[in-house]
Amino acid sequence: MNANDLRFARLLVLVNCAVPATLLAWDAGHHKLGANPVNFAILTTGMMALIFLMLTLLVTPLRKISGWNWIIFSRRTLGLYAFFYACAHFLIFFGFDRSFSVSSTLSEMVKRKYLILGSTALLVMVPLAVTSTNAMIKRLGGKRWRALHRLVYVAAIAGVIHYYMQVKADVRKPLAFATVLAILLGYRLIVYLRRPKATPATAPVAKPKLEA
Amino acid sequence: MKDSNKISDKEITDPVIYFNRRNFIRAGILAASAVATGAVYRQLNHPAAGKINTARIEGLTKSATTNAATGFQVAEAQTSLQDITHYNNFYEFSTDKERVASSAANFETKGWQVSVEGLVRKPKVFDLDDLLKISAPEERVYRMRCVEGWSMVIPWAGFSLSKLLSAVEPLDEAKYVAFETLLDPKRMPGQRSGVLNWPYVEGLRMDEAMHPLTLLASGIYGRALPPQDGAPIRLVVPWKYGFKGIKSIVKIKLVATQPRTTWNEAAANEYGFYANVNPRVDHPRWSQATEQRIGESGRRPTLMFNGYAEQVAQLYAGMDLRANF
Repeated sequence: MNANDLRFARLLVLVNCAVPATLLAWDAGHHKLGANPVNFAILTTGMMALIFLMLTLLVTPLRKISGWNWIIFSRRTLGLYAFFYACAHFLIFFGFDRSFSVSSTLSEMVKRKYLILGSTALLVMVPLAVTSTNAMIKRLGGKRWRALHRLVYVAAIAGVIHYYMQVKADVRKPLAFATVLAILLGYRLIVYLRRPKATPATAPVAKPKLEA
Repeated sequence: MKDSNKISDKEITDPVIYFNRRNFIRAGILAASAVATGAVYRQLNHPAAGKINTARIEGLTKSATTNAATGFQVAEAQTSLQDITHYNNFYEFSTDKERVASSAANFETKGWQVSVEGLVRKPKVFDLDDLLKISAPEERVYRMRCVEGWSMVIPWAGFSLSKLLSAVEPLDEAKYVAFETLLDPKRMPGQRSGVLNWPYVEGLRMDEAMHPLTLLASGIYGRALPPQDGAPIRLVVPWKYGFKGIKSIVKIKLVATQPRTTWNEAAANEYGFYANVNPRVDHPRWSQATEQRIGESGRRPTLMFNGYAEQVAQLYAGMDLRANF
């Protein structure tokens, strides 16, 4: 892949990730969100946030298994879209469900465990989005950056439980997300457990690689 | 001598055209991928819509319902037929409210029978037509509050359940009424999943069942009930959460003890037997203080007994509504 191809691939991901948001906004503008538009928009954006979190977590295993190192380019875009959809999810809840009332939003959050989990997921993603630029990676240094960005596991786990907890009886969709997440995190756990044990004295100082 | 293998300069594609073609192809790939992503989104995530063409109900009257004190006619904007028929909780067809209508579209109700039995002097298996002849259909405009926190205003057609119960002459030992939905996974594909314990069952205390507001409904907006709303006959108890309004009823049994109910069995700490609409008693996972009225923007406060306190509060006098939720 040359730089030109990579630029195109980046554009491809950027545009496709924006398609659901565009269609949702288009449908909202044309009053085509069904009988309960606010609920529909909250559900859709929440679902998108989870899907993009899963896709973000898929990049590293896929890269390692397939050897397509170049796909790493998509991780930041996918992660930022997960954050974008999570923000939209919260803002629609805050604006349309709670009528921009801070007190009503906060009192709901304190009382409802699933809202605490959802807020946790969103808040945890804030520092990740802020430190997603190349300059920030340099400033933090690869090792610290990588450690910080492991918070994405917390966001994904909290997000999936948040979804599971508010379903009335049909838990099939949240369980599907939980299964995918278990595979993605299980892969990392296995890689971690099977890592070659290097003795500190002889281990070469490796250049920081950006993985999470 | 001419070298036949040499490509003359004239034959080499002009770099400008070459890169234009490349960009052209890329634009094509970009557009095609966006369309494909959009198609997947639409496939997985589309709100429902469709036409309702069920039979008109003959002889529908409003005459018995003009007195405001009865609660038979709520003076609030009615929810559109489109929304009432395309936003349904009916797990026998789908757990997705937007997909119930399409899943239920071909539900066949020909030859429907309702068995009314148990502690009664005259048990009977009614053919639907005979059952509907027990009393002339009335239009009742009720609020409908779902336990999930949304609500509608629905013009039902039907008659008080008390008319049917009186016809079969309940015995004194009858203290409760148990209802049952059709069990037929071939016609109700949702029953193939184990999401709930099928068939769906519900129940009322005798005094609740005999209350004039408690409706045996066979229509909405002057038309026969479409499948997604509980065809051909369902229960409507306007002061209780919507899940008490059991749909597609095949059995009504009068019993001595409190019958089991489906949602209570699924999650006893979340759904009680009474399930009276109560803004002061929250669902363990969400508040019941407000509701999203379908068709309105913003939430409105939920009313005690869904606004029917004047009519039904005396049924629960002295009862702890927090313990008996």
